[in-house]
Amino acid sequence: MRFVDEFRQPELISKTAEEIRRLAGTDRHYRMMEVCGGHTHAIYRFGLKDILPENIELIHGPGCPVCVLPMGRIDDGLAIAQEPDVIFAAFGDMMRVPGTQGSPLEHKARGMDVRIVYSPSDALKLARVNPDKHVMFFAIGFETTAPSTALTMMRARAEGIHNFSVFCNHVTIVPAIRAILDSPDMRLDAFIGPGHVSTVIGCRPYEWIAQNEHKPIVVSGFEPLDMLQSIVMLLRQLQAGEAKVENQYKRVVPWEGNRAALRAMAEVFQLRPYFEWRGLGFISQSALRINDKYAEFDAEQRFEVPGIRVTDPKAAQCGEVLKGVLKPHQCKLFGRECTPEHPIGALMVSTEGSCAAYHSYEHRKAAMVSLSSIA
Amino acid sequence: MRRVSQLRTPQGSNGKSELDRLSAPANTLADAAPIRFRDPQIEMAHGAGGKASRKLVEGLFAPLLFGAVPGPLGDAAHVNINGTTISITTDSFVVKPLSFPGGSIGELAVNGTVNDLAVSGAKAEALVVTFVLEAGLPTSVLEAEVRAMAKAAQDAGVRIAAGDTKVVEHGKADQMYVTTTGIGRLIHGVTIDPRSVRVGDKILLSGPIGDHGVTILLARGELDLEADLRSDTRSVFPLIEALVKAAGPGIRWMRDPTRGGAATSLNELARDCGLGMVLFEDQIPVRDTVRGACELLGLDPLHIANEGQFLAVVSPEYADAAINALCLAPGGSEAQVIGEVREQPAGTVLVTTLYGGSRIVDMLVGDPLPRIC
Repeated sequence: MRFVDEFRQPELISKTAEEIRRLAGTDRHYRMMEVCGGHTHAIYRFGLKDILPENIELIHGPGCPVCVLPMGRIDDGLAIAQEPDVIFAAFGDMMRVPGTQGSPLEHKARGMDVRIVYSPSDALKLARVNPDKHVMFFAIGFETTAPSTALTMMRARAEGIHNFSVFCNHVTIVPAIRAILDSPDMRLDAFIGPGHVSTVIGCRPYEWIAQNEHKPIVVSGFEPLDMLQSIVMLLRQLQAGEAKVENQYKRVVPWEGNRAALRAMAEVFQLRPYFEWRGLGFISQSALRINDKYAEFDAEQRFEVPGIRVTDPKAAQCGEVLKGVLKPHQCKLFGRECTPEHPIGALMVSTEGSCAAYHSYEHRKAAMVSLSSIA
Repeated sequence: MRRVSQLRTPQGSNGKSELDRLSAPANTLADAAPIRFRDPQIEMAHGAGGKASRKLVEGLFAPLLFGAVPGPLGDAAHVNINGTTISITTDSFVVKPLSFPGGSIGELAVNGTVNDLAVSGAKAEALVVTFVLEAGLPTSVLEAEVRAMAKAAQDAGVRIAAGDTKVVEHGKADQMYVTTTGIGRLIHGVTIDPRSVRVGDKILLSGPIGDHGVTILLARGELDLEADLRSDTRSVFPLIEALVKAAGPGIRWMRDPTRGGAATSLNELARDCGLGMVLFEDQIPVRDTVRGACELLGLDPLHIANEGQFLAVVSPEYADAAINALCLAPGGSEAQVIGEVREQPAGTVLVTTLYGGSRIVDMLVGDPLPRIC
């Protein structure tokens, strides 16, 4: 398969892993954060930890949009969908994320009209074919998905569709990285920069990390070879005492980003003064709302929104895991009260959530190793 | 409940079978059985063939209907009547859409039950069929499906012996559902038991995985994706017959990995035998179109349903004979040894990559693609 197999070639992977071992040596420990949930998933899926030396520690970042959504927002969205004749449309990732009264799928089992869509334009299609219903699209995602939400609203307006709205939970990546860096308990050496987000925003928005924080960042692709090459690039910078932004994912990410996508976002969205992130708390100017020009498509203006705020279960340590302070299995609930079948936090739901990835791909392996070392 | 528990004669109870126990007064049975199923309501995932399905069967159906948590759950039950053992199984079909490239609900309904019997080491002899029809279903649609059933039954050499029809109000079902129940005769020379699996055994797969599930997904037209792909629905009996002839004494276990995919079937085996199933990723046959769709949608081909493939665990000395026999049989040319049984990681399925990475593959959790069969 083109654009996939080239980046999974065993010989090249072995060679690159060898280069990493050579560069990393043994005399110091490296803590690198992969910001993006897609990278977290790839690390587990391809078993990359098995081929990295022990002194390279990968810390999972906050880049899983489902995971950083506070439970109250899910409750708010589901509350709107309780209104008569409302269809709740969302990406499949959202479907099993728990609200206080259950996930969207559980609401569906109880009779709510919940639909899985693969893109916001599919939600608009639903509105077209169900003129007597109102379709509310539960929008999530970083700058990766925000442009398609924006374009969908632009199209809805152009077509004069009135039974369509968006419950906007789009967030922006840079303030989240800033919050991580401001957190005193984090000691990071470098960042594996988000790939998909950067196709939209480009590489410039990360320059302050290199300049002000003196941490190298390499925007990376998602195949095994991409990620290993990015680690090589980071190690080279660290050893040379450099801190700059580099782009490993050039085949997809333009340095200046995607201007058309940025224009669409600017047309429809404006920054919220602040927004609550699960685990990270309120972060100023970290999320998007729909601007007044598109108010008729803003579910928050069109419907009564309860504005529910829910504190996470006390024992759940989603915040610490999201910030990379704790590894998934160090949370008190991991694998006991909180499992992929009965998730308490969204990190255990999304395939990009570090807990789900760790649970399905890793933790029994860890258990196995510790057992065999006893025997 | 598709997976029927093996109804065995429990040792040390005067040869009284579990069937006899089933005929005991229901209240004593129910009182004695611990109900461990605590989910407050039924979700789609309970029918997806993965973890939730297993919990429902083991935690509610088995204790109430069989009186105890049974041994390993197979695809069919073996029942002894007057000294003759027959194999029996049942399967319901609710696939949407009714027809898709490569097959349709009628064909699935016949082949699905024939295959459940086949991987249990039995040749299907007769089926009974139940139709649940939605008022308003065009007769032409029904007729096409009945014709498809007749043809599939003829091809598989199985008689459709009886049936039943129910009609529900418009809007209370989605066009039509079909249930088939089959009985079969045990094939001589093969015993299927997950507890007979040993370290060093080879894991065989009859052909590429994921064709059925991805075909259905694309046939729904919800994704703007097109691919030249057909469901793999077929009777696997001829392949199993060839396998048994060549390697019968070496066959330990077989399963057709339908809902939940190969990962779920192998996880069940790993749990039942307490050993590790180690798969070699580069040996698992997956068509490029299926891989491509899975890459795009974030699915694992090992979790995607199949309707015309089966997995087998064969002792190492019979592995070559088994693969040769499968490859020579019509429709078996893509059969592969995809892994082997190891002591560790116990109770787990581990996939290893060519470059030395590895990952645990769990049972399907949730339901990425509802109503695929």
